[in-house]
Amino acid sequence: MAVARTWAVSLLGLEGALVEVETDVSSGLPRFIIIGLADRAISEAEGRVRQAVVNSDCALPPHRITVNLSPAGLPKNGTAFDLAIALSCLAATGHVESSSIARVVHAGELGLDGRLRPTPGILPIVRAARRAGRDVVMVPSANAAEASLVPGIRVVTVDSLRAAAIWHGAELDVGDPVLEPVVGPTAAPAEHLELADVLGQDDAVEALVTAAAGGHHLFLLGPPGSGKTMLAERLPGILPPLSTDAALDVSSVRSLGGERVGDVLDRVPPFEGPHHTATAAAVVGGGSGVIRPGAVARASHGVLFLDEAPEFARVVLDCLRQPLETGWITIHRANAVARFPARVQLVLAANPCPCGQYGAPESACQCAPSAIRRYFSRISGPLLDRIDLQVTVRRVSSAAARLASERPASTSAHARSRVLDARGRAEKRLRGTPWSLNAHVPGAYLRSSPIALPSTALRPLDRGLERGALTMRGYDRVLRVAWTLADLRGSAGPDLDDVSRALFLRKGIAA
Amino acid sequence: MASKDVLGRRGEDLAAGFLERAGYEILDRNWRSTTGEIDIVAQSGGVVAIVEVKTRSGVSSGHPFEAITYQKLRRLRSLAAEWCTAAGRSSRVVRIDVVGVVAPPGAPAVIEHLIGVS
Repeated sequence: MAVARTWAVSLLGLEGALVEVETDVSSGLPRFIIIGLADRAISEAEGRVRQAVVNSDCALPPHRITVNLSPAGLPKNGTAFDLAIALSCLAATGHVESSSIARVVHAGELGLDGRLRPTPGILPIVRAARRAGRDVVMVPSANAAEASLVPGIRVVTVDSLRAAAIWHGAELDVGDPVLEPVVGPTAAPAEHLELADVLGQDDAVEALVTAAAGGHHLFLLGPPGSGKTMLAERLPGILPPLSTDAALDVSSVRSLGGERVGDVLDRVPPFEGPHHTATAAAVVGGGSGVIRPGAVARASHGVLFLDEAPEFARVVLDCLRQPLETGWITIHRANAVARFPARVQLVLAANPCPCGQYGAPESACQCAPSAIRRYFSRISGPLLDRIDLQVTVRRVSSAAARLASERPASTSAHARSRVLDARGRAEKRLRGTPWSLNAHVPGAYLRSSPIALPSTALRPLDRGLERGALTMRGYDRVLRVAWTLADLRGSAGPDLDDVSRALFLRKGIAA
Repeated sequence: MASKDVLGRRGEDLAAGFLERAGYEILDRNWRSTTGEIDIVAQSGGVVAIVEVKTRSGVSSGHPFEAITYQKLRRLRSLAAEWCTAAGRSSRVVRIDVVGVVAPPGAPAVIEHLIGVS
């Protein structure tokens, strides 16, 4: 009997490799063998495929069926291989056209009755198939919406193995038995958080807009109840919408996690706020067998918010240094390396001391100076080095709240348009350089001509450097923020005012 | 005789006839030792085949071939060695075959022969 071939995709992180699924039926005692570094879930495909085939009114012959997943050296996992395995078996036994299945990439988990279940990771699978130059991909109907997000590839959706076999030329009745399609979990509607809800925190709101405009990481320092979390949650709402590629990355990570992805590409930057007890594996990703994305990957192209940052384990915080540097997170296992996108904007929040009252005018702090020092020593120097904006948030006094309620606050829409303008200006200026955001520009470039600032504007910085209050690295960070402030103002370059404000925006904690 | 034994006997007869028509010489039938029984011992072209016959009246409870488990094969291998010793033959030219007979009542039987299964 003939060997039949079709295609499937093996995912490793977000990157998928095309896998050829070949099935050979040879004379011998009935056995179903799957070879090619398949994990447990794929080995169990035998049970699902056998029953699904029988319940689709086809039969597997009582012979030796060998399924090979090639390249055989690549570790494969997940249940998305079911459909490809079943169809290659049907083709090897002459139920469907071999030539038809050979040009289609298949993905989908089978139920015993032959129904196709919603399968995690369909979006990255379809993207990988397109990147590998395939034209047609067949997926479960329940995943139709997310598969349709990928441009440039034909997506065929089927609700059962029977429908898939008929599409490939099997002579089966279309009508019965009617199988109710399986519907996946629904996506929670995104909550819109309005910046105007933040009352009487004009300085902090301005710092948030600055962070959004320049892509700067942000450290919010303030007593409990001063609105740090509220501010951080409103950052995605004032960031520019995601590009198609970035939005596909974000949705792909969600799809990998088994979350339902809607039929309209979500262009709102993601927001992730892991709890401070999170382990390193929860933050960077990991797991045995299947490597799952962690909070950093889920926050890619968006905001990673670490509330109570000094309460995080130090090793967890230091794990963030590699992704902040490279924009990627790489997870190594004995048999595989997975890579996830991890270009995040980091927002840290902390109380000024363990009791939270230090520096607050209305209450006294109980902490010993050594306790405060220990509290902040959890956040390592190298991590703090990468944070351009360090802002103190104060509790809102009743007078400030009354004042704020009397005049209109800055809305998210207004702030976003300012951010877009400022980013546009920075992009124009940085055209021809490898960078597009102020936060990514190295200090040497900022200090060099032709964009070096006049010495009059730099006076407060130079004085700080002389007095030893500022390190050279701190000097560069202030320069970067000053450029963002100038972009926000619509000016051609920072003046003395921008530099002074930038200096103020990094005095949250002693540097 | 219970009805399953009748069916089994009929299957073995059908299998023996099938093998003879295919050019095999039947050396032994229902050869017993203390550990079990060999249904048919046949020979063709100098190779001895230890044949296990499985008979079903239908495939609703699975194809006859599916009843050959790993344990059954292991037992057949040791029986084959015993038969070779008893018959004074070299065990190098022995193989194990399976014949599946599907014999629905009142319809012609379907016979399939798997050569050299282990």
